[in-house]
Amino acid sequence: MTKVFARTKGLIDVPNHYCPGCGHGIVHRLVAEVLEEMDLLDHTVGVAPVGCAVFAYNYFNCDMYEAAHGRAPAVATGAKRVFPNNCVFTYQGDGDLASIGTAEIVHAAHRGEKITTIFINNAIYGMTGGQMAPTTLVGQRTTTSPKGRDKDLCGEPIRMAELLATIEGSAYIERTAVNNNANIIKTKKAIRKAFETQMERKGFSMVEVLSTCPTNWGKSPIEAMQWLEDEMIPYYPLGVFKEV
Amino acid sequence: MTTKQLMKGCEAIAEAALRGGCRYFFGYPITPQNDIPEYMSARLPEIGGVFLQAESEIAASNMVYGAAGAGARVMTSSSSPGISLKQEGISTIAGAELPCVIVNVMRGGPGIGGIQASQGDYFQSVKGGGHGDYKLIVFGPDSVQEAIDIVYGAFDIADKYRTPVMILADGLIGQMMEPVTMPEFKSDEEIKVEKPWAATGWHEGCGRPRAIINSLYIEDEALEALHERLQARYRIIEQNEVRYEYYNIEDAEVILIAYGTISRVCRSAIDELAEEGIKVGMVRPITLWPFPSQAVLDAVAQPSVKKALAVEISAGQMVEDARLAVNGLKEVAFLGYPGSKIATVEEIIAKVKALREE
Ligand SMILES: Cc1ncc(C[n+]2csc(CCOP(=O)(O)OP(=O)(O)O)c2C)c(N)n1
Ligand code: SF4
Repeated sequence: MTKVFARTKGLIDVPNHYCPGCGHGIVHRLVAEVLEEMDLLDHTVGVAPVGCAVFAYNYFNCDMYEAAHGRAPAVATGAKRVFPNNCVFTYQGDGDLASIGTAEIVHAAHRGEKITTIFINNAIYGMTGGQMAPTTLVGQRTTTSPKGRDKDLCGEPIRMAELLATIEGSAYIERTAVNNNANIIKTKKAIRKAFETQMERKGFSMVEVLSTCPTNWGKSPIEAMQWLEDEMIPYYPLGVFKEV
Repeated sequence: MTTKQLMKGCEAIAEAALRGGCRYFFGYPITPQNDIPEYMSARLPEIGGVFLQAESEIAASNMVYGAAGAGARVMTSSSSPGISLKQEGISTIAGAELPCVIVNVMRGGPGIGGIQASQGDYFQSVKGGGHGDYKLIVFGPDSVQEAIDIVYGAFDIADKYRTPVMILADGLIGQMMEPVTMPEFKSDEEIKVEKPWAATGWHEGCGRPRAIINSLYIEDEALEALHERLQARYRIIEQNEVRYEYYNIEDAEVILIAYGTISRVCRSAIDELAEEGIKVGMVRPITLWPFPSQAVLDAVAQPSVKKALAVEISAGQMVEDARLAVNGLKEVAFLGYPGSKIATVEEIIAKVKALREE
């Protein structure tokens, strides 16, 4: 019998803790597959965030750090400066990257830090139980916006890909989604492009992935994918925002 | 070469760090320590190292965490408000059992405070600073030369114990010029320490387990095991690393306890009192943690000693450790100011005389 599918070597063979229908698991696999296909695993160092992906260091089959909340780009900077030939990536949620860690991500891009950031935008704080994120949509109910996000009170959601694309040091910035197979394939291509950008030393690279949190959205996995498509994609357009 | 040269404290600290093996520096400008990053920005590239000005002290301390986790000899420096921001990284580094060196050229606080010399960060440095049960090895040099000698060896100590080391200087030590002798550069062999735990890039069969640089211990047993390791290490540090200086303690009637710049004022007061025939001695802690408790107790317990006097540039911080060391055996009085004032020789003399008469 010919083997048509095997688990990527980029992931350790352990069960993960993500909820059914969560986008994190999909994106983990895509990152790991790309690292394996590009033959980067033996000189890759990853930085896990504080958020639902906090245990990513138990899943990615390479040297890993766990960073304080939001500081992954700073930690990655330290790691990359010591080993400039290593492939260094951060994996961050939207509370981590777009709220507490905005200074670190903006300045990693601003320095043209040769790292790759995988940014999971699920429009909510997953790990702490579904509070409002800077990326939460106007009207979206969360545990700290029980009547829906009020734009007069909290502003409107922040578009990180567009923001970071304005920075000179950014070399590749794309937004993708994991709501269907076609978009998952596009996400993998974007991740590959981002790592290539890093290894060609062009500058900072980030893929923002629109992802699901069925648990805190109060939806089934299928409903969550549909909500991503109907509500998130219209506000967060997919596409390449920067490529040098 | 051991010729003397005149050097400013901050620059001397920076050069001594390089000679002691520092190859990476992440910092952010703040007075009165700017000469350290400025000096590093010029010198580190010359010796194949990396200087990076971070976007904040928070980022700088997390960059230090990244570089320390990769096995590098790395340092950061700041002054009080900046050190407060670095506490996230410092706590993380302590929790991940990583070595690094931190210099605090203290200024007055709280808040933005002022830029005059101060010893107001003693509590922050020796009692934790960031969250959680951890310790830093903390040195309080009293001269530019002593700052050089301490920084020069600090990376070895940090590597030996996988613990952050802090040099707690004040604005005077940082800004004054003194004749100093610079030690030779440590050789590549001397500064190369095996760090099989470092995140350098890994593959199956490369001779070490996969590295996970981490301060998260979610399972109770794992957190307990961390604390057992840390506490065992701290006990060894307490045994091995205590440093202090005794000055004229024999037959002293009063023992002064002071560290850093203010200990030099105390020394002058002791000399003047000696000319009047009044015997006063001093215990000068050089390590603030581990605190030289036994040395303080031994000095104060001498039968000739009536009282002790702690002198600081603060409202009274180290005095608490001195009192714990003496444990009620004799009175430990206090003299010090938290603001822009420093106790003078005359004030110390007057206070000593008053204590003798009480
Ligand atoms: C300094 C600090 N503040 C707050 C927290 C609590 N906290 C943990 S995860 C998290 C939010 C995570 O949300 P996000 O980054 O969106 O990731 P997700 O869980 O959705 O993947 C917060 C606020 C923390 N661990 N540290
Ligand atoms: S809480 Fe949300 S983000 Fe976290 S694992 Fe569950 S579905 Fe995923």
